[in-house]
Amino acid sequence: MTILETLTTEEITEIDHEISLVPFRKAAAIEALKVVQQHRGWVSDESLRAIAGHLEISPEELESVATFYNLVFRRPVGRNVILLCDSISCYVMGYQKIYGYIRDRLHISFGETTPDGRFTLLPNACLGTCDHAPALMINNELFRDLTEDRLDEILDGYH
Amino acid sequence: METPLTQHISFNRPPYNLRDYERAGGYQALRKALTTMGPADITKTVQDSDLKGRGGAGFNTGMKWSFVPMTGDHAVKYLICNADEMEPGTFKDRMLMEGNPHQLIEGMIISAYAIQASISYIFLRWAYKKAGRLLRHAMDEAYAAGYLGKNILGTGYSLEMYLHTGVGRYICGEETALLNALEGKRATPRTKPPFPQVSGLFGKPTIVNNVETFCNIPHIINNGPEWFKSLGGSDAGTKIYGVSGRVRKPGLWELPMGVTMRELIEVHAGGMANGYRFKGALPGGASTDFLVKEHLDVKLDFKSVAAAGSRLGTGTMIILDDHTCPVGFVHNLEHFFAQESCGWCTPCREGLPWTEKILLSIEKGEGRTEDLQLLDMHTRFLGPGNTFCALAPGAMEPLQSALKYFREDFETHISQKKCPWR
Repeated sequence: MTILETLTTEEITEIDHEISLVPFRKAAAIEALKVVQQHRGWVSDESLRAIAGHLEISPEELESVATFYNLVFRRPVGRNVILLCDSISCYVMGYQKIYGYIRDRLHISFGETTPDGRFTLLPNACLGTCDHAPALMINNELFRDLTEDRLDEILDGYH
Repeated sequence: METPLTQHISFNRPPYNLRDYERAGGYQALRKALTTMGPADITKTVQDSDLKGRGGAGFNTGMKWSFVPMTGDHAVKYLICNADEMEPGTFKDRMLMEGNPHQLIEGMIISAYAIQASISYIFLRWAYKKAGRLLRHAMDEAYAAGYLGKNILGTGYSLEMYLHTGVGRYICGEETALLNALEGKRATPRTKPPFPQVSGLFGKPTIVNNVETFCNIPHIINNGPEWFKSLGGSDAGTKIYGVSGRVRKPGLWELPMGVTMRELIEVHAGGMANGYRFKGALPGGASTDFLVKEHLDVKLDFKSVAAAGSRLGTGTMIILDDHTCPVGFVHNLEHFFAQESCGWCTPCREGLPWTEKILLSIEKGEGRTEDLQLLDMHTRFLGPGNTFCALAPGAMEPLQSALKYFREDFETHISQKKCPWR
């Protein structure tokens, strides 16, 4: 087997900076995954092997870390990731209606990506803005006090 | 009424930058601590103030620090701020970090000095993007002003501070799991002992405290332990309380420790929203037992809430109203806990998904009478002492109290073969 994919110079520079901050290489594992996901949108098997090689650990060990965390994407995601809070305060305040609206408009359920690659929809644990429930995040942006009639405008802002 | 934690927080303007913060008295406590007090004096002052950990466990903060070895060869010690706030229904630390990032940083530097830590981390939740930006900026300012880095204020004391953002798992809030996450591993909890104070991050002595806990430190140093005790009612200090759910004005308020549940809901949160009635509440996040109408006069401090059969937890309350199905409510909670179990120990890994499945079938009208006994059994099997960490026992708290206070609702689902709320 050959490792086809390698890390870019930019990725290596960023990962090496993280390595310099910790006592041993593999302690930078999560940071390294974040760096690559930041550049590539997700962490493919090939990317994972390349990172593991750079950290001098086995791909299996890195895989155990990568799959543990909710926000390391091991499958491709769309250009925009919608994280809809499905925790208790949003449940009480009716996130289900928000979910229903998005599902009907984008024709995707939790865990799915639109065929044009524009949106991925994921459930997310409490976003910590419970006095403004229901809430969702798209990429780095937080939207609160959601009502169905605001969703079109919000979604139209992402391409 | 004094509100030290929020006195300089206003969301009508950006948070104080370094100059504004200093003008308002900021970093005076740091100056006082580093130039006039020894590490042991600070720990004793904090211990005497009776400040209890605001992350939910309620342990005396100064006492926690006192377990860190202060003699012998400990070239590296760590101080960590747990800013992973992932307890569903909890949103207080976000407000403190977005509202006044320098207050947290000053509190952390003083605390790090007390245990003579040389490296500190803020373990921040990935979702808190705004807090991350503001903290990064405030840290840069603190470095530039000489409050962080080498030889702080010319005292010879040095401290580095890093911001680490997690990649999302509830278990990262458990302090030993948090240490594993910082070491780049799966965030499974560690065996105690050894306690982190002795062997924590990378095997070095480590203190982990919550955001709100650290934010109290500058004020205790400035005003003394007796002042801090006098702030509270039935326990020391103020507390950031929160309410979410169907109330008129959901939000956060800094109030004397020990405000009653009734005052919090009726006065501060404006009472129940029109058309909704109070049925119960989780007083301090998803992993606390329900309190109901008969508890409305319970004082919200660690001891009084425990005496009422629940926990103060994070002090952010989630209201169950009469339009919301209690079975659905608990099902939502157990779905979260089952998903967030780290999988390390069997009762939690296997028991929580089972619990979730039973609750789903009851909610759908497919429950059997014996399911209630099964749920009762789980609350014992997954209870304290039977699991590796506190996640599963925490998950059982809302379930066991729901089975106690809302048992009739569970039974109705089973006898009518449907959810009466649908």
